[in-house]
Amino acid sequence: MAENKKVLMKGNEALAEAAIRSGCRFFFGYPITPQTELAAYMAKRMPKIGGTYLQAESEVAAINMVYGASAAGARAMTSSSSPGISLKSEGVSYIAGADLPAVIINVMRGGPGLGSIQPSQSDYWQATKALGHGDYQMIVYAPSTVQEMADCMYRAFDVADQYRTPVMILADGMLGQMMEPVILPEPKEVKDAADKPWAATGTGLAREHNIVTSLYLDPAELERYNIARYERYEVIKANEQRFEAYQTEDAEIVLVAFGASSRIARSAVMKARAAGIKAGMIRPITLWPFPVDGLRETLKTAKAYLSVEMNMGQMIEDVRLALRDEAPVEFYGRTGGIIPTPVEVFGKIKEMAAALDGATAKEAE
Amino acid sequence: MGRDFNMVFAGFGGQGVLFAGKVVVESALFEDRELSWMPSYGPEMRGGTANCSVCISDEPIGSPLVLEPNVLFAMNQPSYDKFIGSVVPGAVVLADSVLCPNVKDVEGVSTFTAPFSQLAEENGLKGLANVVMVGKLWKETHFCEEETLFKAIEACVPPKKAHLLEPNKKALRLGMSL
Repeated sequence: MAENKKVLMKGNEALAEAAIRSGCRFFFGYPITPQTELAAYMAKRMPKIGGTYLQAESEVAAINMVYGASAAGARAMTSSSSPGISLKSEGVSYIAGADLPAVIINVMRGGPGLGSIQPSQSDYWQATKALGHGDYQMIVYAPSTVQEMADCMYRAFDVADQYRTPVMILADGMLGQMMEPVILPEPKEVKDAADKPWAATGTGLAREHNIVTSLYLDPAELERYNIARYERYEVIKANEQRFEAYQTEDAEIVLVAFGASSRIARSAVMKARAAGIKAGMIRPITLWPFPVDGLRETLKTAKAYLSVEMNMGQMIEDVRLALRDEAPVEFYGRTGGIIPTPVEVFGKIKEMAAALDGATAKEAE
Repeated sequence: MGRDFNMVFAGFGGQGVLFAGKVVVESALFEDRELSWMPSYGPEMRGGTANCSVCISDEPIGSPLVLEPNVLFAMNQPSYDKFIGSVVPGAVVLADSVLCPNVKDVEGVSTFTAPFSQLAEENGLKGLANVVMVGKLWKETHFCEEETLFKAIEACVPPKKAHLLEPNKKALRLGMSL
């Protein structure tokens, strides 16, 4: 079938095309490097398919347009990069508080502040713990190839609708800018508001009107909504953990890495295996929910863990929580937009392997 | 040279180094190989130089950033100077002798220089020195089948610029003859 043909695309373009194919017809954004190709693609395509592309006056405006479109039952999204995502945080909190589906893409760059425009993973905490105030979480996908950018995006709106929650795709400048072959998914039928009984669609008083809000002045009522949301989160945790296990069957040193850094970690694991070191990798595809179960599986053979990140050490906290410190967890990372090299990571693996050998020798004495 | 390629294409912005890399990965796509293409998009690009990393392999590509190239495609002196120290033994280095006059003999590395930009101009192919160099790169490394290379150039020249397809093919053939 012609549709199954591999094409070359930038990660940013694959995100945009997959969003359109998953039924998104409303994109609100504001330009920022390194995600601009995504917005540019939407600007070109949306008008041709009856969709809406709107470059807002600011990131704050864009996310509130998403809030509005989503409240009316549309599949709506926005995209930005780190500093722009911070600006959107208030709106994302409102969307979560109103139990609305939406997709937010962050093509991360170095931070804090304006930082750099080079690839980074320094928004892990922001994405998984607190993008905005209040009691809420959101599902976070961390693709590591252009194909996975398309696949995660294609799934994002379905999951967002199913659980009525914002979903984030956490990419970075490397994945956004690079080209790889991708097989684009089949276009889905655009779901309209008819499937969303909560949507504020305007019925001419044919039914009692729906109210979409995050404001509850009665604390008991707000608590009820928050508890109900956290009950949904438990279902998400049970059903939506995604990860890839690479060479972990007999791995003594298990690397944990996501997105761009997992590509470097994979190369380092190959080098380690070639040198006779039993290394493997767990690659979270969902950062929230964190793939606790998949990671804990590796405790059967693992003696030590290494979290590889493009930041000063953020995911390592979730790795330690998941492992409950049943095995030591070390860290290797670069920050500011520097991409670690496979050789650097391999060096760290060798160091850990030597320490493990030393410990084994001591035990034998 | 084996079948795994880690290439760096570098030059001034506007010389078409990103396009040259794209032609090479497009050919790999036609042959259903694993590949990646990653451009520089940072401050160096805004300063007027551009480069891209290209990986071709039969195994999935790990890091798409090429730090130890076995092919260096240099269209100017600063690019050559920046990357020549990182090439691995057995590498193939291509440099435009007009824009990159100071090329050294590196042991274990095959260096090919020619006045690619001047030759392009003399053959009525002004602005296609990048494609001439891709032709030469193909001749020295056979990164794909010959007919695939021509299919790739057809795929890379946008329909709007269809009138440039024949000159691009001519530029490839010129490079292959050098």
